[in-house]
Amino acid sequence: MGKYVLQRIFYMALTLFIVISLTFFLMQLIPGSPFSTAAKLSDSQLAIMNAKYGLDQPLPVQYAMYMGNVLQGDLGVSFQFSNTPVTELIAGRIGPSLSLGLQAMIFGTIFGILLGIIAALRQNTWLDYGSTFVAVLGKSIPSFVFAAMLQYIIGVQLGWLPVAFWRGFEYSILPTIALSIFPISIAARFMRTEMIDVLGSDYITLAKAKGASGYEIAFKHAMRNALIPVVTVLGPLTVSLITGSLVVERVFAIPGLGEQFVTSINVLDYSVIMGTTILFASLFIFTVFVVDILYSIIDPRIRLSGGNN
Amino acid sequence: MNNILEVKDLNISFHTYAGEVQAIRGVNFELRKGETLAIVGESGSGKSVTTKSIMRLLPKSNSEIKQGSQILFDGKNLAELSDKAMEKIRGKDISMIFQDPMTSLNPTMKIGKQIAEPLIKHQNFSKSQAKQRALELLELVGLPNPEIRINQYPHQFSGGQRQRIVIAVALACNPKVLIADEPTTALDVTIQAQILDLMKDLQNKIDTSIIFITHDLGVVASVADRVAVMYGGKIVEVGTVDEIFYNSQHPYTWGLISSMPSIDTEDDELFVIPGSPPDLLNPPKGDAFAARNRYAMAIDQSEEPPMFKVSDTHYAATWLLHPDAPVIEPPEAVQRRRKQFPGNVTKGEK
Repeated sequence: MGKYVLQRIFYMALTLFIVISLTFFLMQLIPGSPFSTAAKLSDSQLAIMNAKYGLDQPLPVQYAMYMGNVLQGDLGVSFQFSNTPVTELIAGRIGPSLSLGLQAMIFGTIFGILLGIIAALRQNTWLDYGSTFVAVLGKSIPSFVFAAMLQYIIGVQLGWLPVAFWRGFEYSILPTIALSIFPISIAARFMRTEMIDVLGSDYITLAKAKGASGYEIAFKHAMRNALIPVVTVLGPLTVSLITGSLVVERVFAIPGLGEQFVTSINVLDYSVIMGTTILFASLFIFTVFVVDILYSIIDPRIRLSGGNN
Repeated sequence: MNNILEVKDLNISFHTYAGEVQAIRGVNFELRKGETLAIVGESGSGKSVTTKSIMRLLPKSNSEIKQGSQILFDGKNLAELSDKAMEKIRGKDISMIFQDPMTSLNPTMKIGKQIAEPLIKHQNFSKSQAKQRALELLELVGLPNPEIRINQYPHQFSGGQRQRIVIAVALACNPKVLIADEPTTALDVTIQAQILDLMKDLQNKIDTSIIFITHDLGVVASVADRVAVMYGGKIVEVGTVDEIFYNSQHPYTWGLISSMPSIDTEDDELFVIPGSPPDLLNPPKGDAFAARNRYAMAIDQSEEPPMFKVSDTHYAATWLLHPDAPVIEPPEAVQRRRKQFPGNVTKGEK
């Protein structure tokens, strides 16, 4: 197991390195420079600014300098927010994004999995059709439309919850729902299919033959086996939460990373774009790693073939 | 009579898009205390459906045990029992061994837990008691190192070992009836023999009656006390193992016996029963086997034969046993066997 983890960490670092390099060079393809949009600067002023931030150097030199800084934990300074270090910017913004993402992830997967189990156990009843309906809606309605609907109906018409901003838990409820509708629908569909598959297997018949009740069959025998394939989609689901949060944060005026990320791209704030990308990529790579570990915890066959237990 | 289980007039249908499939059409049999009853027949003859219905394991959505069917066990009609009441019988009084040991154990549960489950549920064992009993059971079914094995997962066992575990699960609560649904079909021949030996050995140790489903007559000869032959959703012949092997009366049983390879014959070719099983969506009028039966008579096409009594223990549903039926020559393999029959009472000699 330990050897496996070390190996994985090496590959994770390698992946991150490739992501950083690719983003760095891709970003240069966007026309313009950080200072071309902000203010009217004369050519000499522009040259001074470029020299100050090292943008006058050839690209390979810039790349080497940036990589050297990243290795030391320095993500550079922002162009748009008067030289604030990027790490500081991210630290100030990561809180809302992280808690929103986690809430949506936890709520979305648990609720989605339960929905899927119920649909599978009550196959071809109105409960099943209802959960299918929810899942199809969740997959087909874009999260910003859904977010606006929630704001209008629950926030404005009913007045139960605040429409926007980030000032406490009740402010996070609507964005969490808006963000989790996608993971709910994915988890529910997957779980339903897997549960139906598992419920038809021989070992479930044997469990019934042992006298296990419907509840025991569903939660003791079937759920764990059905979860194995579902866990694999949790990784990609995390990405959808990260990208989804860009939009949802905008709609709900949440001062999170997503909002900052979008603005940075618009004004070509190189170091903030890079910093946020590195963060998102690391989060994603780490999630995939966690999912794989989770996989081996749920499925003993993987645990034992992977390690030397 | 010491009948532990009686099945009377069992009728089961499956509702499909094509229509109603009458899988079981009036099955009657009884299981005596301590005996092994083998149910033989080809695929689709209704062996598994019959035994699954005893356990009430048929899918609820499309199967139907018809009104008037009786599965009498312990003074109760299992066909009419509630689901809750049935849960208390399954695994405790009646338990089951399945065909494929590779898929019948839960891959994500330690085998010790799988064996302990019915004990905790039915006998209110504590966890440690159940573990102790699971160790005993593993020992009983001949699995070495039970202390280590109990904490392992199914994928760490071979097919034969897994079937031993499934047997341990089935025997955990000392069931009165054990249903073995082709327990050796998925195993290779040497392992088959080991599992059969184990089952015989266990039946001597614990007082259990066994229903043994198989399509392998060789297996029947080695395990069964009595044999019921099923065809087209009915029992066509029932008798002691000697009566079925050496004095069979039904042309379908003849076909089965003739198609068994034997070292006595000089033929190079193995006999095959021609044709295919009847379509139970539209069951044929008369004898279901008539279309494949070279001894079929006119009456077979129009009327179903009743069970004719051959001896107190031996019955067969064929018009050939009717007093007015012509005397015919059974196939050579059957004739050869009849000469070895200890009782040697055949219709011809009556």
